[in-house]
Parts: sequence; structure tokens; C-alpha cells
Amino acid sequence: MKTLLTFGGALWRTLLHTLPTMLGILLINFLLLQLAPGDAADVMAGESGSATQESLAALRSQFGLDQTIPVQLWTYLNNLAHFNLGYSPRYGSSVEALISQRLGTTLTLMLLALFFSLVVGIALGMMMANWHGRWPDRVLSVCSQFFYSVPGFWIGLMLIVVFSVKLGWLPTGGAGTIGSDLQGWPALLDSLRYMALPASSLALIYIAIYARLTRASMLEAGAQDYVRTAAAKGLSPWVITFKHVLRNALLPITTMAGLHFGGMLGGAVVIETVFSLPGLGRLAYDAVMARDYNVLLGILLISSLLVIITNILVDLLQAGLDPRIRSRR
Amino acid sequence: MSASRSQALRRFLRNRTALGGLIFLIAIVLLALTAPLFYPGDPLGMEADALLWPGQDWHYPLGTDALGRDVMAGVVHGGRVSLQVGILASLFGVSLGLAIGAAAGYFGGRIDYLLQRLIEIFQTMPSFVLLVALVAIAQPSVPTLIFAIGIISWPTVARLVRAEVRSIREREYILAARSVGYTHVRIILREVLPNILPTLIVTASIMVASAVLMESALSFMGLGDPNQVSWGSMIGSGREQIRTAWYLTAIPGLAIFLTVLAFNLIGDGLTDAFNPTQAQGRK
Repeated sequence: MKTLLTFGGALWRTLLHTLPTMLGILLINFLLLQLAPGDAADVMAGESGSATQESLAALRSQFGLDQTIPVQLWTYLNNLAHFNLGYSPRYGSSVEALISQRLGTTLTLMLLALFFSLVVGIALGMMMANWHGRWPDRVLSVCSQFFYSVPGFWIGLMLIVVFSVKLGWLPTGGAGTIGSDLQGWPALLDSLRYMALPASSLALIYIAIYARLTRASMLEAGAQDYVRTAAAKGLSPWVITFKHVLRNALLPITTMAGLHFGGMLGGAVVIETVFSLPGLGRLAYDAVMARDYNVLLGILLISSLLVIITNILVDLLQAGLDPRIRSRR
Repeated sequence: MSASRSQALRRFLRNRTALGGLIFLIAIVLLALTAPLFYPGDPLGMEADALLWPGQDWHYPLGTDALGRDVMAGVVHGGRVSLQVGILASLFGVSLGLAIGAAAGYFGGRIDYLLQRLIEIFQTMPSFVLLVALVAIAQPSVPTLIFAIGIISWPTVARLVRAEVRSIREREYILAARSVGYTHVRIILREVLPNILPTLIVTASIMVASAVLMESALSFMGLGDPNQVSWGSMIGSGREQIRTAWYLTAIPGLAIFLTVLAFNLIGDGLTDAFNPTQAQGRK
């Protein structure tokens, strides 16, 4: 009961704290929509091919585009409150439908990349901390410096050259074999084959970040008194590394992984255009090419909301993991 | 103060990897600056037979692309755009972050609260998605790229500067300056700024690295300046021939990688040079 109450309290405080940020993001989105060249009436008239001055004016008043800015802002917020992000004449579909169709692919890509980068990054970081100052540490440090400086979309293209063009092991792009009606495990394996290269390209820079972070926090945790006590008790080095050092070193890494959600989303935009994955990023790219600002700004808004939700989840997770954070608030 | 600065400089120059990064960077900058001398004419102009492989014809050491454009000329001219955008965007971002962070940290109170909310808004919106939206709406060109990359990168600097300014705001020499009646702007520029300069320099060099990466990703997606060749746009157009002529994608990408690596190595070297005790602890 008590933990439930503290969780409720933490959730309430976080939501309250998030409110000004939310409002600010909505305002910026509205501002950008106003700044975008051409309004919805122009776009629709352009799509239909024939428009007179009168029909344009009629369209404008139909969409409320001839109203004052505050009225338009009110309409915009009102529409958002009803999950209405606008209409894309190009796709002939509502923006929220377009986004929800593609969200799954992007989230799958991101989660795979996050999982991969955490596993590899923490493993490399542990190796670096274990041999710190000696050659495995130096070699891995150089590698992580390289990973950190490589453009993700370029490494994606190079992986295509090696694994798809030269070796022919993996597909060059897409989300699954077209026309195949696979079920169960074969279907999962098929989509994993398509996700392997994109997820690795997206994960590379985060592998470098988590490896460095794990190394630093393992070295810090390893110098603590309780580790010396554990060693004095005669525990084996493996038990000390995994049960005492790694557990305490993981906390800062969960914080960072939460913070990286927004960055990973941005990375996914570029990676999806490389591998023609039908996700949010590919949709953003198509929207840019078609100058469909409604769709583009809808994606910006939804992805900002996703970041806010992730932040709240990470906050709650940490309050659950670490009693000290709970009492500090 | 200046003694410790020259010590920091000496420590930096003794750091071999950082020095390597610096030398490589100087070479790239020289190449970019002399591009109009050695490669006059439009790098987007057609020069020779299409799709010559690197080394096939020594007039075109890095080969030619599908339209017969010299890849070497493209790399050299593209470096001009990438470096220009990277450096100017970081300068803009650092100045903006400095102004906002210093104001928030120095004045505190309501101003601090409002500016912190602003920082939070920009840190919550996925920065690359925001960048794409900004550039698409403002129409791509070199000045727009500089402006947009600056706009999304200031919050990091602002947070750093705010924290540093808060920590030194109540020191005696600041109080002394305030009691003498110096203006806020003068105190911030003359008393506060020199103390946070090392942090700013390190942040700026890492910011240039990420600005170069962002510029290349944007122009790869076709959101670069359409009238200028850049490393990202070379990859974007070389990608069409990735099955047959993968060198068109590989070469400009290597240029981006090495330049970004150079800025990151310099940033790491500067961090170690400014904080020798921390560097000892890390090793």
C-alpha cells in the first residue's frame, strides 16, 4: 500500500512537472505549422489540379484558415484533444492513421538496437574495466572511439555492400519477404533477418557510449569499500564483479538509456531511409519530399510525446530501483 | 591563470592521439581552403568518362561518378561545406547556449525557471526530427543548415553554463565586482566567462563533430544545399550505384568519419589537458 502511494505520488509530481514542457512543445509545433510555406488549402488545390480564387477561399473558411491566430491555435489544440492531427491529401488518409500504421516498425527497430547496444556495450565495458590500462582496454577504447565517430547511415550502406551485395547473406532493405505468408517462428526469423543490418547500424554509436559508461562506472564502483569488504570475505572475483560492482554500475546506464530514446528516434529516421523500412522515419522522409508539413509535424509531435512517456517510465523505474531517489523527492 | 593554461597546452601537445587529430584536421582545413586553387570550376560539372574506379586514371585519383564528375574535386569542395556548416553552427549554438545558460544561472529566480523550461522543451523534442522539420520548412541552404543545427544544439551548452555560473555566482570576487557597481553584462563577460572557458572549448569541439555528422545526414537525405556538393550529398547520389561502384559511397563517408574522429580526439585531449587529475583517475 505504502509503495503504491509513493508511486502514485511520484507519478503525480512527474506529470505536473511535465505539463509546461508539453504546452511548450504544442506551441512550437503550432508555430512551425504557421511558418510552413503554403497552407492546407494550397496543398489540396495543388493536388486537385484546378482551383479558383473562390474555391480556395471556401476551402480556407472550411478549415478555419481565415480565422485569427488565437482562434486557429484553439482549434488546433481542440483537434489534438480529439486525437486529430490533420489530413494528408497526398496519402488520402488522416495523419494519426498514417503514424500509427508505421509506429510499430520504428519501435521494433529502436528496441532491437537498444537491446543489442546494451548487451554489447556493457560486455565491452566490463572487459575494458577488467583489463584497464592494458592492451585489451586500449584496443577496445580505440574501437569505441571509432564507433562513436562513424555516421550511422554510412555504416549501414557499407554493411549492405558487405553482407548483401558481396556475401548475399542478408536483404538490402524492406521489412519482410514480400508475398510470403509465414507464420510463427519462421515469420519472426524472417523479420529479424530484415532488421539485423538496420539495428546494428543504429546501435553502433550507442555501443560506444555504453561501453565507455560501463567502464567508468565499473572502475568507480570497484574502488568502493564494500567491494574491498567482499574481497576480504573471500568471495570469488566473478561474484564480486557481477553481484556487487555491475549491479551498482548499472543504475547510471539505465538513466542514460532513457535519455537516449529521443536520439535513437532521430537516428532511426536516417537508418529507415537507408534500408527503406516502412517506419516513422521513412514517412518523415516521404513527407519532406512531398512537402507534406502536416505529416512531418505530426511525427515531431508524436515522437516528442513518446520521449515524455519514456522519461516518466524511467523516473518511475528508478524510484522503484533505488530507495534513495524516492526519499529525496 | 595563464600559467595553468600553458601547462594545459603542453599536456595537450604531449597527447599523441589528440595531436594526430589536430594534424589531420589542419590538413583537411588546408585542403578545403585551397580547393578553388587546385580544383577550380564547379565540382558538380562533368569532367571525364563516367564511373572510373579510383586509380584507374591518375588524373582522377579517386575516380569519377555516374555523371563523370571528379570524386576528388567533390571531396575537397564538399569539405568546405561540411566544415563551414559544422564550425559556424557550433559557434552559433555555443553563443546561444552561453547567453541563455549564463542568464539563467546568474539571475536565478523566475528567469531561471522559465529558461529551464525552455531548455527542457528542446531536450525533449527528438533533435534530429526537429532538425528535419526546421530545414524542410525553412528550405535547405547553407545558412538555414547553420541556423537549424545551432537551434537544436544550444541546450547542452546552456545546461553546462548554467551549472557552472551557479557554482561561482556566490564566490567572493563576483560579490566584490557586484559591490563595486559593475554591470551584469560586464561581470558575466569579464569575471564569469573566463572561468568556464575550458568547459566551453571542450564542448565546442565535440559539438563540431556532431554538427558535421548532422549536416552529412541531412544532405544525405536530400536536405542539404542543392547548389553545393557536400560529403552527405555525394553519399546520397553514390548510393544509386552501390552494387557496382561502392567506392562512390565509401570515399565521402571515410572523409566524414576521419573529420568527426579528429574533432572527437581533440575534444578528448582537451578534456584530459584541462583536468589532469581526472585524467589520471581514468587511466
